Amino acid sequence: MDWLFFGEISLAGLAMGGLYALIALGFVIIYKATRVINFAIGEIMMFAAYLFLAFAGGMQLSPWIAVPLAVLGGALLGGVIEKVMIRPMLGESPIAVVMVTIGIASILVGLVELIWTADPQLLPEFLPRQPVFIGELYLAPKIAYGFVIGMVVLALYLLYFRFSRGGVALRATASDQAAAYSMGINVRRVFNLAWVFGSLAAALAGILVAATGGLSPQFGIIGLSVLVVVIVGGLDSIVGALVAGVFIGWLETVAGAYLGGAYRMPATFAVLAIILIFKPYGLFGTHEIERV
Amino acid sequence: MRIGDAKQTYLADEAIWTSSTQKAWFTLLLVALLGFPFLANPYLLYLGCLVGIAIISTTGLNILTGYTGLISLGQAGFMGVGAYTVAWLSLHTALPFPVTLLAAGLVAAAVGVLVGLPSLRVKGLYLAIATLAASVFLHFIFAEWKSVTGGMEGLSLRPAHLFGLEFRSDFAMYFIIVPLAILALFCAKNLFRTRVGRAFIAIRDRDISAEILGIPLLKYKLMSFALSSFYAGVAGGLFAYFYRVVTPESFPLSMSIFYLAAVIVGGMGNLLGGILGAAFMTLVPEALKLLTAAMTPFWPDAPVFMSPMLEIIFGALIVGFLIFEPHGLAEIWRRIRRFFHLWPFRS
Repeated sequence: MDWLFFGEISLAGLAMGGLYALIALGFVIIYKATRVINFAIGEIMMFAAYLFLAFAGGMQLSPWIAVPLAVLGGALLGGVIEKVMIRPMLGESPIAVVMVTIGIASILVGLVELIWTADPQLLPEFLPRQPVFIGELYLAPKIAYGFVIGMVVLALYLLYFRFSRGGVALRATASDQAAAYSMGINVRRVFNLAWVFGSLAAALAGILVAATGGLSPQFGIIGLSVLVVVIVGGLDSIVGALVAGVFIGWLETVAGAYLGGAYRMPATFAVLAIILIFKPYGLFGTHEIERV
Repeated sequence: MRIGDAKQTYLADEAIWTSSTQKAWFTLLLVALLGFPFLANPYLLYLGCLVGIAIISTTGLNILTGYTGLISLGQAGFMGVGAYTVAWLSLHTALPFPVTLLAAGLVAAAVGVLVGLPSLRVKGLYLAIATLAASVFLHFIFAEWKSVTGGMEGLSLRPAHLFGLEFRSDFAMYFIIVPLAILALFCAKNLFRTRVGRAFIAIRDRDISAEILGIPLLKYKLMSFALSSFYAGVAGGLFAYFYRVVTPESFPLSMSIFYLAAVIVGGMGNLLGGILGAAFMTLVPEALKLLTAAMTPFWPDAPVFMSPMLEIIFGALIVGFLIFEPHGLAEIWRRIRRFFHLWPFRS
């Protein structure tokens, strides 16, 4: 076995996993606060990446302006989706709400094809190009810098939720909605904020992933990998999202490199199936107790 | 409810045929369905067959999702199992189509039970993800088990046959598909008049309460999975006979979502809703195609916008129905009927 090759593949996989962790974090924030499983997260990422394409490629803005604008655009999209389409579904069955997000995903794909056509696109270069070596191991610069940016944002998120007022409000709402409401927390605003912050994380990750792998209306498929991550980690666990994100990213890349591209999805979904059978609520998820 | 139609026994309340008017309308419908292939042009006939297949599959998913409350993203996968079973049997044996279709249903049902097994441990959205995993595995098997499924090229099969008769054209297939669709609906209708069907509904409404009432959850959930995938398998088999080629790409994840959308748009837990939803969702893209064709002379770019518009309309239909008409087309149909029942006393 070629250990150097394995090391390089693993490193690329771990870096990819870092981005998965960031997307999964966005997913978990939305789930924790609003109990909505967001099947449209991949499409929100895609939309933000296309916005970046429009700002940096079409309007020739510098990446320093284009990236924040696109990320804010993605966050705004999340907020609007919550206000217009998720809010009316409050109190409906989870199946119905999931189907709404699937519908939203379809609408976003259609919009993107309508505006930017269905052809695959390449994002303008905005990350440094000199190769990165960790010891002997080569790592593609886009992946490496994407990982670093992703990790910085992830750390900011964790700090925000630990210490800020908004973060406390969000955690309070997640643990007991009625109690949070009676303590004067504006639960509606928390719902909206959760969607904004969740989509913001997804949007940034979307731009970083698209920068390495290119962009097309099928980009949203990545949402399926993220789904695996959050189920394996536990839907409502931030730690789970981080651990499972890194692990699934690594597994997917290694399976793809050694067994072939066709094996990427089955490999991760096999892990998912095993987890569902032995730990139905994921590695770190809360076991829900149901009462009649 | 009609005036002067007070039910006095439980049996009368559960009866399928409640009035002679209903029987008359139903006979009329059967005559229309029988006459349709002789009058319709090839395009309409093709659509009729597609709608028939979609109705069978949607009814199957309705049993699982609408009546038992188990959401499944694996319907296309189960259809694929049925289609590949039929294709393989048609290539390697000389069995007539009733046998191959039955086999397709049974194999799909077996796979369905296998996929349903996690429903012992997980439910709701976790179960949906488990069925999603199943559909990923099935797609992988269709693409990689080359000795049986022919890999990415797929399989081409011989036309359906029975007693030396070959069902080659859409016209001939119509006479397989539509009777089977009617049979499927008839069985489903009766299912929910039995103990088993009512157990499904009890599980949907509150599974813990159902268990306390003495319904073994795992047994009935697996039964629901088996029945639903049996329907999907038969529909997939018909799909295979209809197109006479089966590839892994014939059954993408979007197809599972299509059937879920049909169940929702039609009305969950309503057989009539399944029929309306299947027909509606199959015909909307066709209507859009016709519209595009009509607009192309004035607006040459129209075809470019068709496929994105289809995605948007598909999504908007799902979102719109869930927000504004959660009981689906069946509820709209009921409102229309009530209007005529009460007219002219209430308008």
